[in-house]
Amino acid sequence: MDPSPHPDNTGPRARDRPGTEAVIEVEGLVMRYGELEAVGGIDLHVNRGEVFGFLGPNGAGKTTTVEILEGYRRRTAGRVTVLGDDPERGTARWRGRLGVVLQESAPEQYLTVAECVRLYAGYYPAPRGVDETLELVGLADRPDVLAGRLSGGQRRRLDVALALVGDPELLFLDEPTTGFDPSARRAAWDMIAGLRGLGVTVFLTTHYMDEAEHLADHVAVIAGGHIVAEGPPATLGGRNVAPAEIRFTLPTGTAIADLPEAVRSTIAGQDGDRLLVTAVSPIAVLAPLTAWAAARGVDLADLEVRRPTLEDIYLELTRSATGTATS
Amino acid sequence: MTSSRSRGIEPSRDRGATATQLAFHQFRYDMRAFLRNRQARFFTLALPVLFLVILASVIGAQTATVKVPGGELDVSIYYVPGIMTLGIIAASFVNLVMSVTAQRESGVLKRRRATPVPASVIIAGRALTSVVVALVISALLLVIGWIFYSAHIPARTAPALVITVILGALTFCCLGYALVSIIRNDDAAQPITQAVILPLYFISGVFVPVSGLPTWLNDIARIFPVSHLAAALLVAYNPHTTGSGFAWNDLAVLVLWGIGGFIVAMRRFTWLPRGR
Repeated sequence: MDPSPHPDNTGPRARDRPGTEAVIEVEGLVMRYGELEAVGGIDLHVNRGEVFGFLGPNGAGKTTTVEILEGYRRRTAGRVTVLGDDPERGTARWRGRLGVVLQESAPEQYLTVAECVRLYAGYYPAPRGVDETLELVGLADRPDVLAGRLSGGQRRRLDVALALVGDPELLFLDEPTTGFDPSARRAAWDMIAGLRGLGVTVFLTTHYMDEAEHLADHVAVIAGGHIVAEGPPATLGGRNVAPAEIRFTLPTGTAIADLPEAVRSTIAGQDGDRLLVTAVSPIAVLAPLTAWAAARGVDLADLEVRRPTLEDIYLELTRSATGTATS
Repeated sequence: MTSSRSRGIEPSRDRGATATQLAFHQFRYDMRAFLRNRQARFFTLALPVLFLVILASVIGAQTATVKVPGGELDVSIYYVPGIMTLGIIAASFVNLVMSVTAQRESGVLKRRRATPVPASVIIAGRALTSVVVALVISALLLVIGWIFYSAHIPARTAPALVITVILGALTFCCLGYALVSIIRNDDAAQPITQAVILPLYFISGVFVPVSGLPTWLNDIARIFPVSHLAAALLVAYNPHTTGSGFAWNDLAVLVLWGIGGFIVAMRRFTWLPRGR
């Protein structure tokens, strides 16, 4: 028994900041399909106006979770509030405040771009203008193209247009750039970043780390049905305090014994003449190292300093969560 | 004091009006999509015309007349209401099963489900498309029969004919939604639909006059709705028919099938793709 039930907005993981309001609140969400536990009791908290990145490998429980938030699936247990209502009891009025971009959905292939948007505009009580919507997603120059004839990237833009035409407060984007070439992905990112200006809260599902890093204010990583890390992309998984890796090759005519003490004591690996040094504070190693090299008149041509990327952190997190299966 | 009360009532009245408007909104776009779909156009508009011409010529070359209640009809004229049955079923049942299964499997229905639009609007809009297309193909067959085979266009029984076409289309829409709810993936839609409907065309007086069929086959055919739609259309079209031309018994069986289909669809219809 919980001795102190949490009143609204003060769940254990709530990130209450002054002036922020929760748009999505999830506590102890469990989803079971028969014996299989797809989601094993997760908490999520999404603030109004932010881009929330929901990361995880395929089969981690991502899509199940999103479909519960969107009102498509009934959960096994837990408390879920989206825009103040339980998605399982989502009314038409509630759906009118959401926009949903599904992972896979074909367009209405025999309607033109503008007709598709007009059809969907008719579903909402106070829709955004059709021209304005097409402008937002960068399709203003192709209103009369049949949706079935659009390229993959344009089709995705139309998907987003159909989700935006109702002027939603909250937009779900499920893997918006999967299968895109790099330039289409960049263009899609610019479009999504532009939504921030509209004040739309975005719940972004992705398995691309660079996408989350580029777009999200806050990230949660799900693996094996559990949240394994949560935070701003810059500090995810203790990334900001993880030791930096410094690599360089010993200049000819020098030996390890010649290196300053501060460098020698932090050597973490060696591959021939190439040394790996790890340091929580890289300056403490780099300053004596470069001073030493300058004093000797030698160069450190291949000196490299690297922090773990979000990708490294993500792979580490998701590997340890599913480790028993893959190791 | 009454102002606050009326404010509470107004939105629901508004929504009632909006639902009808919304269904017409949906209908306009469904109709446009139908007209742009070449395959749908061929199977629902061109194919029935082709069948009428072929059957009237081939069968008409062997037998001149067909026995119908109250007298005899030229074969070419007999096939007008017969092929009308095929056209109505193509417009409602066959076309609806194909397009709605495709919409479900490709995520179109799932996406619509995430909007505030009520399910009834989507269904009504689609059904209205079927009814309108059924009326158009029926009129087309009547005119072709009139021009090429000197078939008559009924006047006294016209209301019966129109209502039979509409009831038939609605019944086969319900049955279409029921079949969609059973079909598990896109690839299965076409073969299953044809497997269900083709044998029924043969034994129900669409391709072959029922008077030429053995009794046991007639008995089997009479269980299913196709024969009753064909019979009701023949009654409403047959110039020998006396009275208003409503085949009440056949229409009653049709409506029962429609209700049955509606119940199955209500219980089993899903918006999310099933094939994956």
